[in-house]
Amino acid sequence: MLRFSRFKTISVVLLTLASFLYAMPSVLAPETRASIEKTLSFLPSWIVPHRAIVLGLDLQGGSHVLLEVDTQAVLRAQVNTLRDDVRRILREQRIALQGGISLLPRGVSVRITDPADREKALVEFRKIAAPIGNAMTGVSQPSMDITAQPDGLIQMTLTEAALNEKVRKSIDQAIEVLRRRVDALGTTEPNIQRQGPDRILVQVPGLQDPRRLKEILGTTAQLEFRLVADTGAAPGDVENLPSNEGGPLPIERRVIVQGEDLIDAQPAFDSRTGEPIVNFKFNIRGAQRFGQITTEAVGRPLAIVLDKKVISAPRILQPITGGQGQISGRFTVEQANNLAILLRAGALPAPLTIVEERTVGPGLGQDSIEAGKKASYIAALLVFAFMFACYGLFGFFANIALIIHVVMIFALMSLLGATLTLPGIAGIVLTIGTAVDSNVLIYERIREEARLGRSIVSSLEAGFQRAFATIVDSNVTMFIAAAILFMLGTGPVRGFAVTMVLGIITTVVTAVTMTRMMIAVWYRTARPTKIPF
Amino acid sequence: MKLLRIIPDDTKFPFMRFRRISYPFSAILSVISVVAFIMVSMNFGIDFTGGTLIEIQSKGGKFDISSVREQASDLALGEVEVQEFGDKGEVSLRFGLQQGGEKAQQQVVEKVKAAFEKDFEFRRIEVVGPRISGELVQSGTLGIVLAILAVLVYLWFRFEWQFAIGAVIATLHDLVLTIGFFAITQIEFNMTSIAAILTIVGFSLNDTVVVFDRIREMLRRYKKMPIDELLDIAINSTLSRTIYTSVTTALALLALVLFGGTVIQGFSYAMIFGVVVGIYSTVFIAAPVLIYLGVRVSGEAMAEEGSAKTAENTAR
Repeated sequence: MLRFSRFKTISVVLLTLASFLYAMPSVLAPETRASIEKTLSFLPSWIVPHRAIVLGLDLQGGSHVLLEVDTQAVLRAQVNTLRDDVRRILREQRIALQGGISLLPRGVSVRITDPADREKALVEFRKIAAPIGNAMTGVSQPSMDITAQPDGLIQMTLTEAALNEKVRKSIDQAIEVLRRRVDALGTTEPNIQRQGPDRILVQVPGLQDPRRLKEILGTTAQLEFRLVADTGAAPGDVENLPSNEGGPLPIERRVIVQGEDLIDAQPAFDSRTGEPIVNFKFNIRGAQRFGQITTEAVGRPLAIVLDKKVISAPRILQPITGGQGQISGRFTVEQANNLAILLRAGALPAPLTIVEERTVGPGLGQDSIEAGKKASYIAALLVFAFMFACYGLFGFFANIALIIHVVMIFALMSLLGATLTLPGIAGIVLTIGTAVDSNVLIYERIREEARLGRSIVSSLEAGFQRAFATIVDSNVTMFIAAAILFMLGTGPVRGFAVTMVLGIITTVVTAVTMTRMMIAVWYRTARPTKIPF
Repeated sequence: MKLLRIIPDDTKFPFMRFRRISYPFSAILSVISVVAFIMVSMNFGIDFTGGTLIEIQSKGGKFDISSVREQASDLALGEVEVQEFGDKGEVSLRFGLQQGGEKAQQQVVEKVKAAFEKDFEFRRIEVVGPRISGELVQSGTLGIVLAILAVLVYLWFRFEWQFAIGAVIATLHDLVLTIGFFAITQIEFNMTSIAAILTIVGFSLNDTVVVFDRIREMLRRYKKMPIDELLDIAINSTLSRTIYTSVTTALALLALVLFGGTVIQGFSYAMIFGVVVGIYSTVFIAAPVLIYLGVRVSGEAMAEEGSAKTAENTAR
């Protein structure tokens, strides 16, 4: 055990040095770090470690919001689109129905009694059942199941695959929209990612008040310009929508221009009243449609509808052909700001619901960091003192290995980009307690062997050798528990699992290999005649 | 220099003789734990029940907790738990799930903000909807079950089956007692507590494995020694390691309890309890199981023809 290959010695020393180097950025204050990086800027950037450990939201403060896509709404929207498509086809092909189009939970059904018409319709229906699928694997499935019965009943139901595909796409689109919206808030490094099949996780560090964030996340922002219905309009073409200005208003179902035709929206103040408003600009298509309708409908009120709610319904005084306009709705300054952000970022493809929120204020985060630091230092001191009191010089070796162990955890976390949370700090503190377990196992074994009358060298040898199997076994059980926690846990608890897993790995390196080297060097230089504990 | 030794060399404590006391004792404790769990239940946190937890801190220092309580219940958001904690004027408010699905939960925060914003700083807001809490219950339970199964499989590969059974019985024992601990102390049981339980499982097994390793080593060396004597020697010879490791772990946990802040205090208390129970169960529960299961009748022993018969005789 006293001989080490040069290669092994060098790699352990290098590993230690690298660990210190990579742990550095996390320990130094940002200013010192910046100045060091500046002086070292002549070196290639990959040599100088610059990644510090990412602090979890529970330590740096911030908001964690989990949103869920309303899959039912996606389904409803899909069924509605299908109904519109079917209606269009029937009109284009001049096919007569017996009865109307009836809605099924996941599709529509029509009854076409004329066999020739039915064939014609089926051909067209199959066209809209465009296959969805994976271009990579070449596997594709139809997006609808179409069944025709001899009595003329045709049923079209959306397949599970088509629906999942739609939800997946909606999430992708929603993530894009949310990113634009959150970026507009001007926060640093927001993290927006998909979680599971129908959820989106938004993490925004360092936000004082999550209320605005939640407003911005929870609004669909579907903007529509529609005319207020005339008294003579057919009831099927009109719906009553709630309004900001008192009771519900009858609004035409027909949408003139939608939010997606906007190219810009800015908060401003009305030059006459001083009221906060939102100025907007249409793209060419939007400007044309808007100009056309406002020319035709001069004198009629135009409703500005946001998420099925009438914001305002001003009367069209003259044709608006410039493609620009303004929305006023007795806004506060913040409301006008938010609306502008939402309109610029676009509408969500489906409503999102907040299913979980966790916000930690910056004060609590800072307190937690302080408490964590203090607990770590004191834990380390207590363990140091205990090990030294029990094993003297060998305890000192174990303590050095312990310091390197903690440094390695930090270095690995910086390298992997892992997040340090408060339970994560608890995990490190706990590994401070358990890391010396390997040393204790080895030392106790050495003592035992020595008491059996073995020579110093052979007790040292046997101690390390026999204890090693036990160390591996006992660490594997801990590792299994920590790994399962890592798989199932989320957020802070996962941070605990990370530090435990890393701590277990580094223990084996530091407590076994490093102490062994230190003891070997000690043996060669001191030439002891008996075990010093 | 005189070095510290907590455990004298050559201890010969007859641990196995205590199994006639320790088994009934543990059985009673387990029954108490189960009864406590059923009768008073645990103090489940919002992770598992759903609801809203808000922590506020007084801006001006002095405040009247009873008026906070009154104001909170005036909000008409159902049952509310108001608790003062720490020494810097911190209060936690806990509301149950509101009727009306996921969306209804958000209004709690709005109302509390409106009521307390003036005099208090909002330190923490957690809202867990009904769906998430259901999922957390699932993944928490799954985690504990999976951990035990995975460890069982590992031990089964690594040791003879009797050892695996012994370890799992000891682990279940620790688990039941820890749940009892949570039920009796009413320390909040949340996702961090699941982390604590899994760590206790890992730690307790770590300890068991160290002792089992030694037992196995001795089984191979001393083929004719009576099993209880062998177990006693194995436990005694690993005793100082067991105690030392627990002391260092307990020291680290003590630092967490005293200085780690209120957020992880529950975790730290549970861990300390787990460390103590883990050691007890290794020595007094796991090892004696080997006697009852007749550990010497193992595949390994059978393979060595001559010794197999004697081993079997000794085991009986």
